[in-house]
Amino acid sequence: MSENIVLNINGQKRKVENNSDVSLLLVLRNDLKLNGPKFGCGLGQCGFCTVFLDEVPVRSCVTSLSEVQGREITTLEGLSEGEELHPVQQAFLEEQAAQCGYCTNGMIMMGKALLDRNPNPSEEEIRLALAGNLCRCATHLRIIKAIKRAAREVSGDV
Amino acid sequence: MFEQTRREFIKQSGSLLIGFSICSHLPEELLAAGGDLPGSLSDHPLLDSWLEVNADGSVTIFSGKIEMGQGIGTALIQIVAEELDMRVERVRVMAGDTSRTPDEGGTGGSRSVKNSGSALRSAAAEARQFLLQLAAEQLGLPLSQLEVDDGTIRPRGKKTPSLSYGRLFGGRRFQRVATGKASVKDFRDYRLVGKSVPRIDLPDKVAGRSAYIQDMRLPKMLHARVVRPPNYWSRLESLREKSVLAMPGVVQIVRDGSFLAVVAKREEQAVDASVVLRKNAQWNGEAQFDLSNGFFPYYENLPFREMPVKHWGNVASSFEGSSRVIESTFRRPYQSHGSPGPSCGIAQMKDGFLTVWTHSQNAYDLRLELTHLLGMPKEKMRVIHKDGPGCYGHNGADDAGADAALIASRLPGFPIRVQWSRQEEFQWAPFGKAAVIRLKAGIGSDGKVRAWQGRIISDTRNERPGGGGEVICAWHLASPIPFVASIGNTLGPARNGVPLYSFPNLDVKVHSVKGPLRVSSLRSLGAYANVFAIESFMDELAQVAEMDPVQFRLNQLEDPRAREVIRRVATASQWGKKKRVGLGWGLAFACYNDTGAYTAMAAQVQVEKQTGRVKVLRVIAAVDAGLVINPDGVRNQMEGGIIQSASWTLKEEVKFGPEGVKTQDWEDYPILGFEEVPEVEIILVNRPDQPAVGVGEVAQGPAAAAISNAIYDAIGVRVYDLPFTSINVKKALERTS
Repeated sequence: MSENIVLNINGQKRKVENNSDVSLLLVLRNDLKLNGPKFGCGLGQCGFCTVFLDEVPVRSCVTSLSEVQGREITTLEGLSEGEELHPVQQAFLEEQAAQCGYCTNGMIMMGKALLDRNPNPSEEEIRLALAGNLCRCATHLRIIKAIKRAAREVSGDV
Repeated sequence: MFEQTRREFIKQSGSLLIGFSICSHLPEELLAAGGDLPGSLSDHPLLDSWLEVNADGSVTIFSGKIEMGQGIGTALIQIVAEELDMRVERVRVMAGDTSRTPDEGGTGGSRSVKNSGSALRSAAAEARQFLLQLAAEQLGLPLSQLEVDDGTIRPRGKKTPSLSYGRLFGGRRFQRVATGKASVKDFRDYRLVGKSVPRIDLPDKVAGRSAYIQDMRLPKMLHARVVRPPNYWSRLESLREKSVLAMPGVVQIVRDGSFLAVVAKREEQAVDASVVLRKNAQWNGEAQFDLSNGFFPYYENLPFREMPVKHWGNVASSFEGSSRVIESTFRRPYQSHGSPGPSCGIAQMKDGFLTVWTHSQNAYDLRLELTHLLGMPKEKMRVIHKDGPGCYGHNGADDAGADAALIASRLPGFPIRVQWSRQEEFQWAPFGKAAVIRLKAGIGSDGKVRAWQGRIISDTRNERPGGGGEVICAWHLASPIPFVASIGNTLGPARNGVPLYSFPNLDVKVHSVKGPLRVSSLRSLGAYANVFAIESFMDELAQVAEMDPVQFRLNQLEDPRAREVIRRVATASQWGKKKRVGLGWGLAFACYNDTGAYTAMAAQVQVEKQTGRVKVLRVIAAVDAGLVINPDGVRNQMEGGIIQSASWTLKEEVKFGPEGVKTQDWEDYPILGFEEVPEVEIILVNRPDQPAVGVGEVAQGPAAAAISNAIYDAIGVRVYDLPFTSINVKKALERTS
């Protein structure tokens, strides 16, 4: 049954009317018209749909609307401040760390989550943190470089 | 009579003012006029087909070559901004729109820079010359005294008097046929070409702005899901529709023969309804093949048609005169494109006119295919490219576009969005072709190959849309447009089937078969398997000849550009240096599609003998792609090509049986992940005096062969069957011991 649900999303309260068992990804993309999180598999396997739930990365395609009520949702769009990109996003541009860019959302979100808990990760730690995210164009090495660059930016060690 | 006169006139003058019609078919005389023009300009000789000066002084370029993450849009802008002396920021690109852009065929085969790039370079040079002449007249100054600074024409070294392209020509049409006579810039004067200009499309993609077809939200748009049969061979026998029609949001069930789809107001409603619809459908039909002895025994014994590829000298007598003759067989299974995002198509029928948005590689051919599917003339259709998820060849994009078009034709007025599932993409998108490659060579007493024989068994069908029956929904209609078994296209499987080495006697043939799966172009086509086989075999031959593999290759390779890339990689990898136990280095070389980029590669691997597990540690590649337009773009394509090929080579194989394709998701089809990705080093050999060629498909074959040779170097055992999973490596170890 359709319900009126208020979501805390990217620092704003947004009302949606939908079933509580609908996947968060569809709500974000269709009801809230956000483009950051992408549909890649619908099975929680690829990581393209990653968003933060209270600052913890989750796969929105296998998260239902009922699980997110009252929690803080952050999407890729919520990382930047106006036109100013988050340092991780900026680093992806500096390193040209994409080909098709379809996995980029998940990579940036996982990269930010990693830097939040470990501002100075080793390459191995970066690889481990991204191990559950797929990139089919195979830009892995650039993604690793971008996260290293963002780490230097964030820690002011440029 | 009139035609004759016009044709002569064009030939004499080289240019002609004609009525403005970019998109209609060009009269034959214009095509004749375009005969000697570079790249796709020969098919589309009108300058207006390629570029337009806008009132604000910016320039829009039109290309048939679409962006699919390879950075072609940026490269084309660089080429045009260079010739027109403008900043890249003031040049925009529009690609793959049947109502406006030139039909350059599909985007693929590493041909975009070569065909579209050279056409745009020539068209831009001609436009610049025309604009300069116009400015000279208006300013009353001799042409030789003028220069261009960021799209503003002025006397050399002075600020005034000046005329911007916009003021001079904004909004006007050239209405001229290219002559090909305007001289293009000398490469020594380049300031933009050869620079790593950042990709124009990435800022939106990184910020999460609307960038992909999946992000399009049209007013009144409805969501559709197609319910496919369980496999290729099944047909819809019966269906219970009632309970589905009663579900929330369901607008319509579209059924035509075995084509079944449901349309709903919201996406989740379409998904839910499709689940119930699938349960309510009964299918029947059986596959007509038997894989009980395994796939390859079946595949290798299929009836075939023999098709010659290349032949010179006398192979049979040369084998007799050889001191050693050896034979090997190499195998590649069917592999998936594994597009990262399942395909999507959007279409709307309005007042008898159909508009389709697609991430297809070829908007024009999809439109042609739709004329067969819908029985509508192409003038009543517009197909527009939108960026999509990674595209490595012919994936499900055209099928999803056709699904949307078919459904939209039954629901006029509503934009219809069809989103495929992950399972649909894996099961229904065309696969990369399987291949069995039998090689035989005779070595003479001088340690060189005297005779070379190649037999390439592979699927030769190519289901590129255009001819009818080449999108899935067409097969399922009540009056199906048949799935034509057109054996006989050697182009794909033969690609790079003939080595570049100077062998005195050679005979290469394709044995064209019709395999059990739907196949089409996957990045590099047959070159992946052929180069894997040829370059693995070269190492085997070098061993028989008791020579170092690099020296063995160089002894039989005359082309200086080929020798240079091999030499560079050998040096960078410290070829021949002592190595550690369990680690191995392998080297491979190819010239893509015989006339494309030269690529040599060295790979270092680690092999655990007990488990058969292979890890690629490092790859060093040297590539000579002629003039490099965008060095970082080339590096990105090379890195991606190598790592994707490492993934194909180590892991990828589609699983299927008479019940259908069993590969449904990423758990069934593992690909290389972050913890397994090797270090990659790219050496660019820039040759600005040589034509620019693409690099999207040049790395796949050499990477596979370099890994294959490195495994042999590490454990002394040759693995002939792709992929190099623990199972296949262990099998090879057991065979040898």
